[in-house]
Amino acid sequence: MSEHPNGGSAGSSNGAEYLLEAKNLKMHFPIKAGVLKRTVGHVKAVDGVDLRIRRGETLGLVGESGCGKSTLARVILRLLEPTEGEVIFEGENILDYDRRRMLRVRRNMQIVFQDPYASLNPRMTVGNIIGEPLKTHRVEGDRKRRVQELLEIVGLSPEHYNRYPHEFSGGQRQRIGVARAVALNPRLIICDEPVSALDVSIQAQVINLLQDLQKEFDLTYVFIAHDLSVVKHISDRVAVMYLGKIVEIAERKKLYDEPRHPYTVSLLSAIPVPDPEKERERSRIVLTGDVPSPANPPPGCSFHTRCPRAQAYCVENEPGLIPQEEGAHRAACFFPVEEGQHIEEPATSTPYRAGE
Amino acid sequence: MVDQDRQRTSGFQGSEAMQAAEAVGEDYGKVKGRTQREIVWRRFKRHRLAMISGLVLVLLYAAALATPWIAPYGYADIDYTALDQGPSLKHPMGTDELGRDELTRVIYGGRVSLLLGLGVGVFSTLIGAVVGIISGYYGRFVDTASMGFTDFMLTLPFLPILLVLGSIFNFTAVTITFALVLLLWMTIARLVRGQVLSVRNQEYVQAAKAVGVADFMIMFRHIFPNVVGVMLVQATLVTAEAILIESALSFLGLGIQPPTPSWGNLLEDARTTMTTQWWLTWFPGMMIVITVLCVNFLGDGLRDALDPKAVE
Repeated sequence: MSEHPNGGSAGSSNGAEYLLEAKNLKMHFPIKAGVLKRTVGHVKAVDGVDLRIRRGETLGLVGESGCGKSTLARVILRLLEPTEGEVIFEGENILDYDRRRMLRVRRNMQIVFQDPYASLNPRMTVGNIIGEPLKTHRVEGDRKRRVQELLEIVGLSPEHYNRYPHEFSGGQRQRIGVARAVALNPRLIICDEPVSALDVSIQAQVINLLQDLQKEFDLTYVFIAHDLSVVKHISDRVAVMYLGKIVEIAERKKLYDEPRHPYTVSLLSAIPVPDPEKERERSRIVLTGDVPSPANPPPGCSFHTRCPRAQAYCVENEPGLIPQEEGAHRAACFFPVEEGQHIEEPATSTPYRAGE
Repeated sequence: MVDQDRQRTSGFQGSEAMQAAEAVGEDYGKVKGRTQREIVWRRFKRHRLAMISGLVLVLLYAAALATPWIAPYGYADIDYTALDQGPSLKHPMGTDELGRDELTRVIYGGRVSLLLGLGVGVFSTLIGAVVGIISGYYGRFVDTASMGFTDFMLTLPFLPILLVLGSIFNFTAVTITFALVLLLWMTIARLVRGQVLSVRNQEYVQAAKAVGVADFMIMFRHIFPNVVGVMLVQATLVTAEAILIESALSFLGLGIQPPTPSWGNLLEDARTTMTTQWWLTWFPGMMIVITVLCVNFLGDGLRDALDPKAVE
């Protein structure tokens, strides 16, 4: 078993700063209709995502239901074969890998699922569930002992080895899911809404567990959630998705303090404040209309149908992820919200384009 | 040395939890939850009708296997001193027009009918499970092709086909079993496939794929145990159906050929004497009814016991 590089980028195996890169990743699901099952269109669940994940960081991925977060996770893990694009893990495009080489990559990439009731096979014992990765990858040594260690690591008892998932609570089940994910000592764990199915009091425990594990084993996380305060707590950087695209990505603090994209601004305004007086004064930006269908996304900027700042220019042109004043902060908007500006104030400036 | 080995394989070096795990040592497993099998058994026991049916079936199958030892006479033994006798102590189910003991013939007939039913149940379940699981798991053209074939087989009118086959070949117990398997596996395949379609999208299957578990192992370890309930229930129905079809075939004179008795051809023999020698239709008929009922009740009990959503 190879040792992990210590936390940061220095001394990493390929010298690359990024553990994982997604390049122009697209996942289009065909819509079939009629007796002959002709393809009449595509649901563009993920539509051109570029993403770089640094070693040892936690990247939060937020967005409404149906914006393609989970699909993105599954494409990165190759649980779904993308329509287009590249997934580069440790410097190599894993989409070209055959079964055997893919198996080696799987050892380093794992996933924790949302629903702890659906993600554990009800017919298998906890020992078999957590031991399955070890068995599949033919890890040497006393497997039972190792599984019991893992149970301890995630805060369960080794005595739980012979029990079945139905004997556990939601939080405990999620711990079992986490134990399965860390069993092979991976580098990257994609957490697909790991706490949104849990009770609030349990959420904190599972998040703390994830953070402890990250410190102990130098894990890199992609943390998918729709709870913005959870993401704020755990992430180093945050990416916001809308209709299969990333519309804004920045350091956590930057994104929460100075959001540029109008969609991010409205998302953040929806976070409730745990102070009744402030909560009463909080102004929420309620977007009009529904999310357009990903089968037929609007032309130009995909957010223009709901954007209070949209202009004719937005309908005709599609914004890329444009670097804001700092390179690390990127937003896909021609008329980004300035600091202190209200989102409904019409943007008067010329379309904001980097390098022009 | 042992410690070192353990450290190397553990991968999580210096973790405190490891020492803790070691401290607990061999104490694991002392508190044992109920296994899946125990849970199912507990639920099944609560289904009284299914329990009784199971018991009756066990007795019937035991009798079928032990036939030569428990049958009071030979099935072709003719006793000219006792023709067409009603039930008596010497012949509890009476005798037929050749003086053969009806009880003996019912027991031997049961051997054929019951084993045939079991054989058809087992083999059509095997075929149905394999076709259903592969079809449902791989989907796409594998699914389209195999389900197309299954549907085609389902549209075949099986009784006329059996009649034709029966008039060309002479059916023996083995060939009838074979023919019935070929004509009865489809319902199981369809049912299993439907179940697999829902199971394969479960997150635990996704998780296994993410780990890199081979397709075969996913089907074996994750899919199969979660469709086995539906499959067993359907298997009991197919078993009952096979027993009935065999009886029907034998009744039409195309099944098991005399002098080998089966419940079906015992009925056929008794057709003309139904009004005068009631015992010759009554006993084999009752046996068919009892067996089919018991098999169906057993299926009911299994369905309830194997449903993971059922409340303990």
